[in-house]
Amino acid sequence: MTSLAWLIPCALALSFLGLVAFLWALRSGQFEDLEGASWRAIQDEEPGDEDSKPKG
Amino acid sequence: MDRSLTLAPAPETDHGASETLPETTTVSLIVENMQCGSCMGKIERALKATPGVASARASLTARRVSVTFDNRATEPQKLIDALDRTGYRAAESVGSVDESAAARADDLLRRLGVAGFAAANVMLLSVSVWAGVASDMDQSAADLFHWLSALIAMPAIAYAGQPFFRSAATALRARHLNMDVPISLGITLATAMSLYQTMRGTEQVYFDAAIMLTFFLLIGRYLDEKVRVRARGAAENLLGLKALSANVVGEDGAVRRLQARALAPGMRIQVAAGERIPVDGRVLSGATHVDTSLITGETVPRKAAIGDLVHAGTVNLATAIVVEATATDENTLLADIARLVQAAEQGRGHYVRLADRAARLYAPAVHILGASTLAGWLIAGVGFEQSLTYAIAVLIITCPCALALAVPAVQVAAAGRLFARGIIVKAADGLERLSEIDTVVFDKTGTLTRGEPSLANAARIDDATLAAAASLAIASRHPYSRAVVRTARERGLAFVVADGVIEQPGSGLAARVAHGERRLGSASWVGVDDAEGAGAASLWFRDGTAAPIALRFEDELRSDAAAVVGALHASGYRVCLISGDHAEAVRDAAEGAGIDDWSAEVRPDGKIARLEAMKAEGRRVLMVGDGLNDAPALAAAHASLSPSTAADVSQTASDAVFQGEALAPVIEALKVAGASQRMAIENFAIAIGYNIVSVPLAMAGYVTPLIAALAMSLSSIAVTANALRLRGRTLALTRGKVR
Repeated sequence: MTSLAWLIPCALALSFLGLVAFLWALRSGQFEDLEGASWRAIQDEEPGDEDSKPKG
Repeated sequence: MDRSLTLAPAPETDHGASETLPETTTVSLIVENMQCGSCMGKIERALKATPGVASARASLTARRVSVTFDNRATEPQKLIDALDRTGYRAAESVGSVDESAAARADDLLRRLGVAGFAAANVMLLSVSVWAGVASDMDQSAADLFHWLSALIAMPAIAYAGQPFFRSAATALRARHLNMDVPISLGITLATAMSLYQTMRGTEQVYFDAAIMLTFFLLIGRYLDEKVRVRARGAAENLLGLKALSANVVGEDGAVRRLQARALAPGMRIQVAAGERIPVDGRVLSGATHVDTSLITGETVPRKAAIGDLVHAGTVNLATAIVVEATATDENTLLADIARLVQAAEQGRGHYVRLADRAARLYAPAVHILGASTLAGWLIAGVGFEQSLTYAIAVLIITCPCALALAVPAVQVAAAGRLFARGIIVKAADGLERLSEIDTVVFDKTGTLTRGEPSLANAARIDDATLAAAASLAIASRHPYSRAVVRTARERGLAFVVADGVIEQPGSGLAARVAHGERRLGSASWVGVDDAEGAGAASLWFRDGTAAPIALRFEDELRSDAAAVVGALHASGYRVCLISGDHAEAVRDAAEGAGIDDWSAEVRPDGKIARLEAMKAEGRRVLMVGDGLNDAPALAAAHASLSPSTAADVSQTASDAVFQGEALAPVIEALKVAGASQRMAIENFAIAIGYNIVSVPLAMAGYVTPLIAALAMSLSSIAVTANALRLRGRTLALTRGKVR
């Protein structure tokens, strides 16, 4: 019974972390271009073209 | 369900007063032919290479690129020109339609995330409690778990359930029922009763059921919204590309291309044949016919000569005119465009989607079942609490989760599959109407054929002559010249622009070479007696003093036209060709494609009459067309398709637009539409089958709300999994109504 006192908050905190991560990803536009993202990974960047990370 | 599309008015821009603008602006440019990953890189690099551009990020899903630039160094038109030089057709996005719809989808996704988080945790606690009943969990631990569930579930439901509560409240205020009324009732009752039982410390606590219900329903709602966002985005992209720039004639006679929103009263605007007139105005020069059908509903074109008024949104059909803008309130044009889209969207407003037809029967049935369960158990004398628990179980079990998912899940899968094959479905109910088709009517020019001339007698022209002709033709943008260049390139010939090419508009091209002069153009330009008879569709080429050579052009059939028509015939579709072209050309095309049923020289109103006659025979017609004269027919047909090369109005009026040279997308669209309708009905069968089994059990009191929630989840998963099969399956073309 005492183990519940810290196990439950732990479980809740972990899943809450997941929720926060999801909301952050949504807000920062990670789901905006799902098709394009898969192409970007295999794209050859030209030298000096470093501005290719997603913006916040 | 259908929200009307509204275009936000463009922000007030003060022309010529750039110092009042902020230093940097971000615009969204629509790029029509962004099709693959490497396009994104090319587009971004081209924009970043343009002076004044701070950043550019392309989205392949939306076919847009978001550009941030310095107002002092550049302007959107320059960015569009830069993309044009790289080979991409771009236009500035017109309004916030897409943004607001996308924001709505994002909002649903956020609520979905919260509901998912809560559902996972509540289920975790709930399963422990139900397992604890069988083992040795004491009452105080169960109470603790119940209170924790309440703490997680209630705020989550209050937040995540809002879309349903609002919609139900709206429906009730208007004194009718929709699906959201039983949904809201079920969720609210289950939550309220669970809270009451938690306070009393009993076992009848069903937060798990309430939150799972919310979660699954939100999935369906989100998928539905996503299909709409995609459809609307596609429609808006088309509008932005085709309608919103104008050729303005300056004081010095020079023509500048301006964004339509930058137009002001008093400007003189040149409108080419086939273009939409961007302003309300008065004709200054030229005489033409104007198609007002999409504004006034009249199908007979109106004459417009010098001094006549013309309206924004009408289409100039015959020859180029110059219009002086009178009322170029930028909102007029945008309002007109919004009206066109609305007309296209609402043209089939009477069509009731399968899901809505089901909902109409379903919502009252759920209420009656729930109420009679409550009444029945009260009469049987089990007490109010127990009766209410049974009634809630009925509400939850009948809750249309699987029904709410049945159609959206299939539509997402179908739209995704079609999108990957270059078909953009614009109308939300387009697939459903496509699945009911039994007759396919094609237009000729630009639909069955490529819509651009190609060199017909290329085989009789030798390489050297062709290369010489191409070296002139490459300097011109005339369709015949382009055809010559294309043929030369296809043969792999090497040629460069001839030195000092001059173009005489309406006549031809000429260049001086070592042994005389090369000329490419009309018979009189080359010095040939026209009586020698080359027909209308021809050019002449003379190299120095050599004998002139005739180049003949024709509008070729699309390469797979005959195969597509054959496949349609084989599957039992009736195929017709209705064209406004003259009989000879139509007969040739019909024979080439294998269509027996053809008619020529049909005017736009004649096309509508033909479609109406077919409708009266009980046929469901798919119109495939691209021309301005097809637009009314596209809107009148049961379903319609346009190639992406079609006139703007036609694309607006059609349900789906396909890209590429091949005609095969017509078949693919029919296949996927048929399959998706079959799957939607399969999904309904799964959902209803599950209800038939579980509702009597629930009414008899054998099902607790928790079991109801689990059963409901299973049926939802079954329905979604069924829909996903659509993605990669090989489909067969089968005709007819699915019942």
